[in-house]
Amino acid sequence: MEISGFDLGQEFLMSDTWRRFHRNPLAVAGLVVIAIFVFAAVAAPILAPFDPAEQFFDGLTLEGSPLPPNARFWFGTDTNGRDEFSRLLYGAQTSLLIGIVANGIAVTVGTALGLIAGYVRGWAGAAIMRLTDLMMAFPPLLLAIALAAILKPGLNIVILVIALVNWVQIARVIYTETVGLAEREYIEAARALGAGTGRILWRHLLPHLVPSVIVYATLGIATTVLLESMLSFLGRGVQPPTPAWGMMIFESQSYFLNAPWLVFIPGAAILILALAFNLVGDGLRDALDPTQRGRG
Amino acid sequence: MLAYLGKRLAASLLILLGVSIVTFCLTVMIPADPVAMIAGRNSTPDVREQIRHQLGLDKSLPEQYLTYATRLVQGDLGRSYARKSEVGPLIASRLPPTLLLMLAAICAELLIGVPAGIYAASRRGRVGDKVAMTLSFMSVSTPQFVVGLTLLYVFAYLLSWFPLGGYGSFSHLILPALTLGLAGGGWYSRMMRSSMIEVLRNDYIRTARAKGMSEWRVVLKHGLRNAILPIVAMIGLDVGIFMSGVVVVENVFGWPGVGQLMWQAIQSLDIPIIMGVTIVAACFIVLGNLIADLIAPLIDPRIRLR
Repeated sequence: MEISGFDLGQEFLMSDTWRRFHRNPLAVAGLVVIAIFVFAAVAAPILAPFDPAEQFFDGLTLEGSPLPPNARFWFGTDTNGRDEFSRLLYGAQTSLLIGIVANGIAVTVGTALGLIAGYVRGWAGAAIMRLTDLMMAFPPLLLAIALAAILKPGLNIVILVIALVNWVQIARVIYTETVGLAEREYIEAARALGAGTGRILWRHLLPHLVPSVIVYATLGIATTVLLESMLSFLGRGVQPPTPAWGMMIFESQSYFLNAPWLVFIPGAAILILALAFNLVGDGLRDALDPTQRGRG
Repeated sequence: MLAYLGKRLAASLLILLGVSIVTFCLTVMIPADPVAMIAGRNSTPDVREQIRHQLGLDKSLPEQYLTYATRLVQGDLGRSYARKSEVGPLIASRLPPTLLLMLAAICAELLIGVPAGIYAASRRGRVGDKVAMTLSFMSVSTPQFVVGLTLLYVFAYLLSWFPLGGYGSFSHLILPALTLGLAGGGWYSRMMRSSMIEVLRNDYIRTARAKGMSEWRVVLKHGLRNAILPIVAMIGLDVGIFMSGVVVVENVFGWPGVGQLMWQAIQSLDIPIIMGVTIVAACFIVLGNLIADLIAPLIDPRIRLR
C-alpha cells in the first residue's frame, strides 16, 4: 500500500513537472539541442566525413595555411590540415562524456556527503562541511590545473579532477535542504517506528531531494563542459590525438586572425552545449518548484 | 561586533591552515623527483643525498610540513624551476596589472549587470525580460577565451577601435576587463533582477507609487537603493573568482599579470609557480569572504551577526 501510494505521488509530480517544463520554449529548445549533440556524438563515426586525425595533403594551402569552409571540408581544415567538421563531431564525444561522467560522480559524491552531513551531523558532518569550506577557498580552475599538472593528463584524470572540484556546491545545497527536512515530523515518526539511519536517508530523505539533485546535475553539466574546455584550452585537458573543443581553439590560437573559423566554430559548439544545459536546468528548476517561478 | 570579527577571523585563519595542508600534500604528490631535477642526471648518490638533506626531504612528513608552513608564513613560496628566481617576489611584481584588471572588471560587471537586472525586473515576464535573461545565460555559458578572442577579432582586428592586446594605456584595458567581467555581469543581472522584484513588492514602494511618483523614479530612487545591497556584499568574492579567469584572459590579451605568469608556468609545468599562484588566489578568496561577511551587516543593518 505504502509503495503504490508513493509511486502514484511520483507519477503526479512527473506529469505536472513535464507539463510546466513543456510550456517553457527556451527549456524545450535546450533539450532539443542536447538531443542533437548527443546524437552527433554517438553517431560521429557514421556522420563524420573523414577520420578526425587524418592530415590531408590538400587540407592546407600552398603556403601551409588552413582552408576556410568549402564544399569538401564543410567547416574548413585546422592548422594540421585535418577536417574541422569531423573533429568537431568527435569533440562532442569528449565534451559529453566528461560532462556526464565527471558531473555524475560529483553529484553522487556531493549528494551522499551532503545527506550524511545534514542528517547524521556529529563529527562526521562537521568534518564534511569544514572540508567544503576549505574547497571553496580554491578557485576551481586553478585547483584543477594544479591537480592536472601534478598528475599525468588524460581522459580519466580530467574526469577525476573535475569531479574532485565540482562535488562541493551540490554537497552544500543538499546539506542545507537535508537539515530542513530532518526537522520534519514524518522523519521523527519514521525514527519512532524503528527505521534505521540508512533507511531514513534512502527512503525518506533522498526522494524529497530528487528535484534539487536533478536541477543541479543538469546545471553542473554546463559548468563541467566549460571547465573541461578551459582545461583543454590550457593544454591540461585530454591529450592529442583525442579531439576536444578547447584544445582545437588552443591549437589554432596563433592562426586566429587568418583563420577565425577555427576559434568561432568550436567556441560556438561549447557555448551552445553549455547554454542548452543551463536552459534545461533553469527550466527544470521552475517546473519542479513552481513557487520559485520567475525569480531567477 | 568585536566577537563576530574575532570569530570570522579565526575561521579564516583555520581555512588558510587547511589551504597550506592541501598545497603541501599536492607538492608531496608530485611524481617528478626534485632532487634529480636539481642535481642532474649524472650526479653521484653522495651529491643527491646532500641535496636531499639541504631540501629537508630526509625529514618526516610532519616535520617537512612544519618547515613548509613556516616559510609560507614568511611569504616564501619557493623557487621557480624555469625562471631560477623566487616565486614570492615574482608573483608580487605581477600583481599590480592583475589587480588593475580586476578592478576594471568589477566596474564592467556592475555596469552590465545592474542596468540589465533593473531592466529585466521592470519588464518582468515580458519579451524584454526574457531577452535579457537569455543573454545573461549566454554570457555565463561562454568560455572566457571564446569571449576574449571574439572581442579581439571584432573590436581590435576588424574595427581597429582597440589595440590587439598589450598593456600600458586605458584603451588596452577595455577589452580584457569586459571579457573578465561579462560572465559576472550575467550573474549580477540575474541577482539584481530577483532582488529588485523582491524589493518592489514592499509597502513603501506602493506608497511611493501612490504619491504619484513616476515608475522610473520609484525604481531608481527607492528600489535600487535596497535592491543593490546583496550585490555590493558579493563584490568581495569576485576577486577570488577572477583568479581563474585572469589565467585565460591575460593570455589572450597579452596582459603581463599573474595570469600570464600562471599560463607560462602551466605550459612549462613550473610547479612552484602553479602552487604559489594557487595559494595567493586562495588567500584572496578567504580575504574576499571575510570582507564580504564584514561589510554585509554594515551596508544592510537587517542582516544579523552570527
